[in-house]
Amino acid sequence: MLKEGAMKAVEASVNNSVVDPLKWHRRLPKLNWRGGFAVGAFLIAWHFLVLLKAPGFKEISSPVEVLQTFINQYLGNPNYWNSWVASFKRVIYGFVLAQVLGIPLGLLLGTRDTFHKLVYPVIEILRPIPPLAWVPISILFWPTTELSIIFITFIGAFFIIVINVHDAVRNIKKEHYWLALSLGASSGQVFRRIMVPSVIPSIAVGMTLGIAVTWNVVIAAEMIASDSGLGRLTWEGYVSHTVPVVIIGMISIGLAGYLSTIVVDYAEKKMMPWRTTR
Amino acid sequence: MNAATLSGELVVSGLRKWYHRRDQAPVHVLEDCSFRIEPGKLTVVMGTSGCGKSTLAYILSGYIKPDEGQVQMDGQPVQGPGPDRIMVFQETALWPWMTVTENIVFGPLARKSVSRKEVTQKALELLRKFGLSEFKDKYPGQLSGGMKRRAELAQALINSPKVMVLDEPFRGLDVMTRELMQEYYIKLFEETRLTTVFITSELEEAIFLADRILIMGNAPSRIVSSLEVDLPRPRTFDVLASERYLEIKKEALEVLFSESMQQAD
Repeated sequence: MLKEGAMKAVEASVNNSVVDPLKWHRRLPKLNWRGGFAVGAFLIAWHFLVLLKAPGFKEISSPVEVLQTFINQYLGNPNYWNSWVASFKRVIYGFVLAQVLGIPLGLLLGTRDTFHKLVYPVIEILRPIPPLAWVPISILFWPTTELSIIFITFIGAFFIIVINVHDAVRNIKKEHYWLALSLGASSGQVFRRIMVPSVIPSIAVGMTLGIAVTWNVVIAAEMIASDSGLGRLTWEGYVSHTVPVVIIGMISIGLAGYLSTIVVDYAEKKMMPWRTTR
Repeated sequence: MNAATLSGELVVSGLRKWYHRRDQAPVHVLEDCSFRIEPGKLTVVMGTSGCGKSTLAYILSGYIKPDEGQVQMDGQPVQGPGPDRIMVFQETALWPWMTVTENIVFGPLARKSVSRKEVTQKALELLRKFGLSEFKDKYPGQLSGGMKRRAELAQALINSPKVMVLDEPFRGLDVMTRELMQEYYIKLFEETRLTTVFITSELEEAIFLADRILIMGNAPSRIVSSLEVDLPRPRTFDVLASERYLEIKKEALEVLFSESMQQAD
């Protein structure tokens, strides 16, 4: 909401030089205090619910307890940070592979009719299968657990990006395409300068959805099949009945997802300079 | 103007066109549509919305093929789109991911007809002429409606087309901008005498701009009437108050009225 309000104010002025300071000035301080307030209120509410032993909160640790456990046992613990690295590696491999294979496949499906007729039904059958349903087959197929987790993560983002790019190619404005033909562009030029840029916004949407799904899938897959990663950490906390660890795991996953979203958002802005310079 | 250099004659004969959609009866858009666009003249094609004006424009530009009949440009049959006939679309067709300058230099660079330096130079001249110098590095999303229209004209003109096809180009602009753009285009036309097919559904705009008005009937449509507009050039908005303007308007209204009566039958 805030973002939108600021964007509209910015749109009103065409002058570019005014845009940036204005945006920062408006967005940062406001977001900080409201957001900070909400996080603080959440922590306080949580703390008191635990203190008062509210229904359901009997076995939950308080935020103070969680923080103590974190500082004493995890902050300086290389195993904890290795969990971060393990999960991030899987997400990055799965996500990047999904983009690298999914974008060209989506473009091909959208532009080549015969290819579309041949391949699209297969995709439509495989797409509804939830990534986690791939776990057993994946473990049987791939030689290592690591590879099977990466594969499952890849599946999570792959179909999303394929479908997004495919739809975008099919919905290119005919005027954009025709104009290029009128001006004498070759089919290669049309592909590079018209098709590809016009699907970039959909690639961005695919990336935003893809990174979220990738984190979902990687955590679940780690709980089921792995002996490392943030998902595993959380699960072990549960199995060993150490509740603060479960919560540390959850918050770490939340932060990791948030960090990835920031990186993806940044990449998207770089991909679409015409969307951000308004 | 040097009459010998004028070209861009379009002869349209016997066009028939159906749109075929899956699971639907075919839509008959054009029926025996024939006319001639004179070189160096501004011809306005008028008709109610949905009568097939855009379809006609797409056929002239070579984007779609008629089911029957053909279009000849300077004696040669039109086979497909080409830089000799450039269309300005109802909605802006500027590519939003390219800056204004990149949009303009696209055509000549795509055809590798000139060096980048030369074409950029030419683009800057056109931008200056169209009052867009300040906006050369902006993206289309940063321009107002009128500026987008001017940028599109520059994008077309840099390719030295022989015919411009404008499909309700000023629709959606506010009244002020619209009048400015009309004046703009008329000046441009009077200066270059670039053969123009201008499609509109507004009578006032049609008379103000045209050398000749072709009126389209209802779908499946053809040209039902042709009106010569002999108002003097160079034209200003003063002509809208002249006796002759009112006569032409009356004549045109009669044709349009009888057409709409036929539709009501």
